[in-house]
Amino acid sequence: MGNGEVLLRVENLKKYFPLRAGVFKKVVGWIRAVDGVSFEVFSGETLGIVGESGCGKSTLGMTILRLLEPTEGRIFFAGQDITRLPPAKLRPIRKDMQMIFQDPFSSLNPRMTIQAILEEGLRVHRVVPRDAMQKEVEMLLERVGLSRDYVRRFPHEFSGGQRQRISIARAIALRPRLVIADEALSSLDVSVRAQVLNLLQELKREYSLTYLFISHDLAVVRQISHRILVMYLGKVVELAPKEAFFARPLHPYSVALISAVPIPDPGVRKVRIILSGDVPSPLHPPSGCRFHTRCPRAQEICAMTEPPLLEVEPGHFVACHFPGSLTLEGTSG
Amino acid sequence: MKEPVLLEVRNLKVYFRNDEGLELRAVDGVSFTVPPGKTVALVGESGCGKSVTALAILRLVEANGRIAGGEVLFEGKNLLALSEREMQRVRGKEIAIIFQEPSAALNPVYTVGEQIVEAILLHQSVSREKARALAEEMLHLVGIPEPRKRLNEYPHELSGGMKQRAMIAMALSCRPKLLIADEPTTSLDVTIQAQILELLRELQRQIGMAILLITHDLGIVADMADEVVVMYAGKVVERGTKYDIFKRCRHPYTLGLLRSVPRLDVDENALASIPGFVPDPLHFPEGCRFRGRCFLEDETCATEPPEVALGDGHVVYCHHAALSEVCHGER
Repeated sequence: MGNGEVLLRVENLKKYFPLRAGVFKKVVGWIRAVDGVSFEVFSGETLGIVGESGCGKSTLGMTILRLLEPTEGRIFFAGQDITRLPPAKLRPIRKDMQMIFQDPFSSLNPRMTIQAILEEGLRVHRVVPRDAMQKEVEMLLERVGLSRDYVRRFPHEFSGGQRQRISIARAIALRPRLVIADEALSSLDVSVRAQVLNLLQELKREYSLTYLFISHDLAVVRQISHRILVMYLGKVVELAPKEAFFARPLHPYSVALISAVPIPDPGVRKVRIILSGDVPSPLHPPSGCRFHTRCPRAQEICAMTEPPLLEVEPGHFVACHFPGSLTLEGTSG
Repeated sequence: MKEPVLLEVRNLKVYFRNDEGLELRAVDGVSFTVPPGKTVALVGESGCGKSVTALAILRLVEANGRIAGGEVLFEGKNLLALSEREMQRVRGKEIAIIFQEPSAALNPVYTVGEQIVEAILLHQSVSREKARALAEEMLHLVGIPEPRKRLNEYPHELSGGMKQRAMIAMALSCRPKLLIADEPTTSLDVTIQAQILELLRELQRQIGMAILLITHDLGIVADMADEVVVMYAGKVVERGTKYDIFKRCRHPYTLGLLRSVPRLDVDENALASIPGFVPDPLHFPEGCRFRGRCFLEDETCATEPPEVALGDGHVVYCHHAALSEVCHGER
């Protein structure tokens, strides 16, 4: 668990994408994918970021790594402001921040052998001397549960689960401090997903990693995270320690999200809270609280004023005018 | 006690040929039944043959595949013996299907209304005006707001959840007796998934159709199914009621699958997982296909596992069905 030291701090981060139309590709609007997000990640913890498609969780991950340039706000990594760092100065920091993507089929270069894929980062960042490279690559492969004989093979020779193990080996090769996993388990089958989830947990202990675990799958996030951050339409709606979050979620959206996940046990009966309508477009987000168009507890004020993210219990933040008004028992609080 | 049967799949075999001319036994002797008005879930991981089974029921197997054997009895008549003409009267009218990707199943150049009207006119002798009214009624039934306006919209103008609703409206417009739903919510967000599952439950109550639900999500199975058929590598490994499968399953694969699913209502330090990975259809092991990943494996597993009936329709295909009982216990 975290030792209290802040490894990553994000302040009022915004990422807007221009929407262009017409012959001259004139900007006709802005898609506010991430719209004023602030949070901290402590060294050694796993912060789970959940939300539905279009909530901005992937954009957030890419922006933190500066794979996308932030529109506004600041990003601090290990105390250093990296928001506007030029590429040359960013490179040594990139070594400390690695990413694992969802699709292991497109994130591994099909023309490179496993050896070349794993060596690339080691060479660029001069992590190990040239003569120790071979041993290091074999060690990495074995560490993620693959045979060392695979070094000469190409990505297409592997199954989805094996490819994801290779992606993980590549990410840990540089001994990073922070790993951002974006839907890293989503493309895997159930039986294989459990293996890879367990592997991520082991590696975290072994290499003292800090994870930012982005996923739409609440059940997986529950298994791996210490704290949970919920996003809706580019905003943080709730941030809480895992236990508090699942025992007593305070934002109506979090409650609906938890209640919508089917439990693989026919003996468990639970209240189903079914939200009406679709997620609105981030091009024209609703006024006030962005969730008010779908919220079963919305009042007049919700359409007028945007609720700030407030700490209502120690470590438990929520952005809602009526936190706790919708509960998993379905009663009004 | 003999249960009424709407659909019976008997020893179905679907084989494919790959580019090198090798034969893949994607579905290899699959049997199960669907009672009228009930929901039967076909579960398994990718490549287990569940979707191919669903398509084969409607004889919609791709050109490089063929139905190599077995019977598909719908209300007693073998669909595999019908002429293509007779089969067309079954598809859409008696048995409808919805897919994972509604955008792939809806034609982008026709309006939603035109597509539903076409489906209605194909199977019912009604006027175009009446068909249009029926289409509007269906859109209303599946919870699409402003159905009259939506009839004139094109698929791209609808969100993912709305497209899935439109596809369900089209599938149910002829009040089929069986709806095959192939991963109907896999591409949707969880709050939209909850809406669609609730809709299917509600429509089943109103129309009384049976549902054959193809899914990899055990949460959805527990939520929706009456009966469950578990598939692995082209074979059925176990089938029974929802409670048989979730509470007293006897196949090591079923058990492994249940234990490897992270649950939202339970904290676990480490998930149990099944070692190895799903074999590809070219390299299915001889005998029991779960060989190489099973904790009960011994030399008897090299031969085809027997069908072990455990009473009340609970069936398991395993040499060690007697042994696996002791493997249960609280997670």
